[in-house]
This record gives sequence, C-alpha cells and structure tokens, in this order.
Amino acid sequence: MTLKTVYDVVVIGSGPGGLAAAVAAKKEGAQDVLIIERDVELGGILLQCIHNGFGLETFKEDLPGPTYAERFVKEAQAVGVEVLLDTMVLDITSQRKIYAASKRNGFIEIESRSIVLAMGCRERTRPQIRIPGSRPAGVYTAGTAQRWVNVEGYMPGNRVVILGSGDIGMIMARRLTFEGAKVERVLEVMDYLTGLTRNYVQCLLDFDIPLQLRHTIKRVIGNEHVEGIEAVQVDAKWNVIPGSEEVIPCDTLLLSVGLIPENELSRKAGVILDPITGGPVVDDNFQTNVNGIFAAGNVVHVYDLVDWVTEAGYQAGKCAAAHAIEMRKKEHHLIPLIAGDNVRYIVPHMLDKRNLESSEIRLQMRVSKPVEQPVWLEVHDKNNLITRRAERYVRPGEMVTVVLKPDHFSEVEKAESLTIDVVPR
Amino acid sequence: MEEIQKLICISCPKGCTLEVTVDGDTVVKVSGETCKKGVDYAEKEISDPRRMIATTVRVKNGFHPLVPVYSLQPVPKPLIQDVLKELRKVELTAPVVQGSVVLENVLDTGVNIIASRDMPKS
Repeated sequence: MTLKTVYDVVVIGSGPGGLAAAVAAKKEGAQDVLIIERDVELGGILLQCIHNGFGLETFKEDLPGPTYAERFVKEAQAVGVEVLLDTMVLDITSQRKIYAASKRNGFIEIESRSIVLAMGCRERTRPQIRIPGSRPAGVYTAGTAQRWVNVEGYMPGNRVVILGSGDIGMIMARRLTFEGAKVERVLEVMDYLTGLTRNYVQCLLDFDIPLQLRHTIKRVIGNEHVEGIEAVQVDAKWNVIPGSEEVIPCDTLLLSVGLIPENELSRKAGVILDPITGGPVVDDNFQTNVNGIFAAGNVVHVYDLVDWVTEAGYQAGKCAAAHAIEMRKKEHHLIPLIAGDNVRYIVPHMLDKRNLESSEIRLQMRVSKPVEQPVWLEVHDKNNLITRRAERYVRPGEMVTVVLKPDHFSEVEKAESLTIDVVPR
Repeated sequence: MEEIQKLICISCPKGCTLEVTVDGDTVVKVSGETCKKGVDYAEKEISDPRRMIATTVRVKNGFHPLVPVYSLQPVPKPLIQDVLKELRKVELTAPVVQGSVVLENVLDTGVNIIASRDMPKS
C-alpha cells in the first residue's frame, strides 16, 4: 500500500468503533479512508474477548468477540478501507495533522480532512486505586490476563483472587477456571454487582466462585511474587471494619475495577473532555469541539454493549465523511496565489473562485527588489494572461495592488492556481 | 409438590429475574420475564441446563499460538469440563478458517465446536 499524504478520513483505532466508522465513511462517499492501528492486526480488544454474547442487536446472533470483529474487518477490506498496522499515532493537531511511527514506515506525517478518534478505553490499574501492601509480581488487570490466556497462551497463575465485579473480571474468573486455575474469591467494594447479572450467573454461580460485596483488599502479601492478600469488609463509607480481616492465599491478583476512555491524543488535538465520562464532549454527529475531529465508541464513554459502539461508529464515520466531502468541495474552488518573478509575497494567499463571480478581489503584494522603470504586474494562469496593471516603478517599501474583477471570472474559473509576475514594460 | 425458584435469565444482557413455579422437573408457571426467551430459558434451565462454551485450542504454525473456538449451540452444563478436556487434546494447523468445525458432535451432544476467527499462518 502506498501511503497518501492527504486522506478524507483517518480513523485512529480498529476496534468495533473504528471499524464501523471506517466502513460507514467509505459507504458515505469518502474517497480515501485510512485506519491506523497500533496492534499487528485489526479488531481491537474484541480479539481477546473470546466469550460469546456479542452481536445480539446488530446481527441477531450470539457471537464471540473475534467473530464479531472479523465481520467488520472483512467488510472494511471489501469496501476498500486502507490500513496501517503496527503503527503508533504520536500526535494529532487541531489542524488535523497526524504524526505516527512504525517499524516499517518510520516517522509518518499525514493530513486528513476528517479524523475519527476510536482509541477505546483502558483499565484502571493498581496505582489508580491505591492498594496498600508490597508490590510483588502477580498483580494484573483482568484484561492483561485475558490477553495472555486467550491470545498469547500464558496463564497468569494458579490460585486467583479478583478485585472488582466488573464484567471482564467475572468473565476471567470463568475462563481461568476453564484452564484449570482455582479462583478463590471475587471481592467488590460496592454493595452491588458492577457487571451484568448474567455474568454473575454464568461465570461465578455456575462454578461456585464466591462473591463478597462490601469487601476490598487491605494489603497485598509477598515480596518477589504475590503470596496472598488480606481481604477486609468495609462499611458504606468504605471504612475498614476491624476484625473482619481474612488472609486468602493466592499467587495472582486480578483487577477489574473500571475502564477509562483513552484520550491522550484527543487532548493534544485540543479536544475538550467531559470530566465525568473522561471522553470528548461531542455533538449529535459525534463531532468534538475541534472542527473535523469526531470520536466514537468507548473513547467517548464506556458502553455496555459492543452493538452500541458499532452504532456510534457508524454515525461518527458517516458525519466524518460528510465533513470531508464538504471540505473537498471548498478546496476545489480554493486556489493558491503564487508569488512569481520579483514578487515577495501576496495577500490573500488563496482565493475562493466563486467569490469572483459577484465581487472584486484585491491582491496586494510587495516586490523583492526595486525596478526604477515602467513595469507590468501580470496575473497568469500558466501561460494565459488574465489581467495586468501598469506601474511606473516598483519598490519593496511600497505595496502594490492588482484587482481581479467579475469580468475575469470565466478565465479564473479554469485555473488551478494564479501566478503574479512583475516584468519590465 | 410445587415450589417457587428464582432464576436469572442469561439469554441477553438485560438479565431478568424470573420466578419459576416448578413441580419436580416440570415448569408450571414463569413470571418476571420481559420476552419469550425468558420462558424458554426457565424451562430449559429446570429440566436440562445448558451453556455456551468458548475456549481456545492450540494451533501449529499460526499467527498466534491459539485459536479461539466456541460451541455453536449450548452444551449440557454437567458436560462442560468433559468438553473442555476433549478440546485440550485438539491441535489444529494454520491456516484455520472462521466457522470451520474443530470438533464435530462433541461427546455425542449433537453440538459442533467451531473456530471463532481466521488464523493465518505465521
């Protein structure tokens, strides 16, 4: 694939939001659509969510994550979405310049008429919830363990305690049980389940994995590696209830304690974030405060269902395409003014040809060097002289003006650029 | 003897709480459901509880060392561990195509285990 320098729509991330956005943008008529993905394949986190339960709304089928992802990957390929894999986006500007890097292409600069942010979300980690105790190996987020077990083929350990009753934690409790580990306990600080009830039934109840509400971890035990945790009951204000401590021996602690939209890039682009969701503030087209930058999926707020992420992706992609098409139209009428012989600069730098139909456009410039004899200020479209103005002399200190008039519209309309030269008469 | 059991429907993410009146293995009455799936689920859950299975099997020369697989229909709950045991014996060779049958009629349940995704060669 040859990389273009300008795209209609660039989508950052290839999870369900990004894939839907790219497919929708292409279908809406965007010409060049590119997905930039940091992983080595398309699909995002769905690829490690091997459990079923996806697609009940979108496809009226009960699919595993990878199958759901693959349908969109194939559609993206079929409609001609371009893809950059193994590529990390480093920076995005409010002018929609994208800087990225990869082993294959090195440092990359791309401009895009529209951008869809689809970076998804990230798990809360141990430092973000401040668990006391030592800091041994063996403490992981549930999603990290999920990646190891389902994609890479490693087990995080054999005796597991899970903190947090989020869906990924419960699903990993079942998954690790399937692979022969013993899940000792699921602890939840709230007095209610934070994940879906169906997951409580089919992931914990089915395998007799005990769930304790209003419980948390008082400390992690172990030096080199986790040897156990001390669980403790808390009151409604999360104060530890003395005497309720219980040491649970284990070699692995998994955290399933919430997801946060991943918006480092959005911030760099000047996108305003909502402090409650942690994601961009968007309008009903999923456009952010930055013109032409859209956002879709878990990067905006964390959804319950992938089907709703897909829906949001479609909407964002569609609107991103419409924005790009509108910009293209404008660019089509917008032509540059080029400083030719003995012209240092011209203001304006560009002009919208349509404006010349009804009104004059004044072009003001300075020359590079003085000419103390009569000269022409000539406006050309390549070899076609459109208009010229006579001056008795020109000097850098004295600004000169040429006026384009509606009479010139029919000639200017054909031009892709205009050049101004100062030549002797 | 009729008795009332509380079940949580797992057919969709709503997770409706069902009150199921049963007489032995027969469902007499279901309430609390918000769609027809709830009634079906209750009847099945009382007489023959079944679950979908999703796991991984090893794959030789694959882009990844594992390929995710799942049961096309739910399998009887008491057989889950046995089905997993069967799947541990399986080793596929890349390329694997999404939807291809990994284990046909596993343990005579009539259920096929299929690949959840394509797994190209490494």
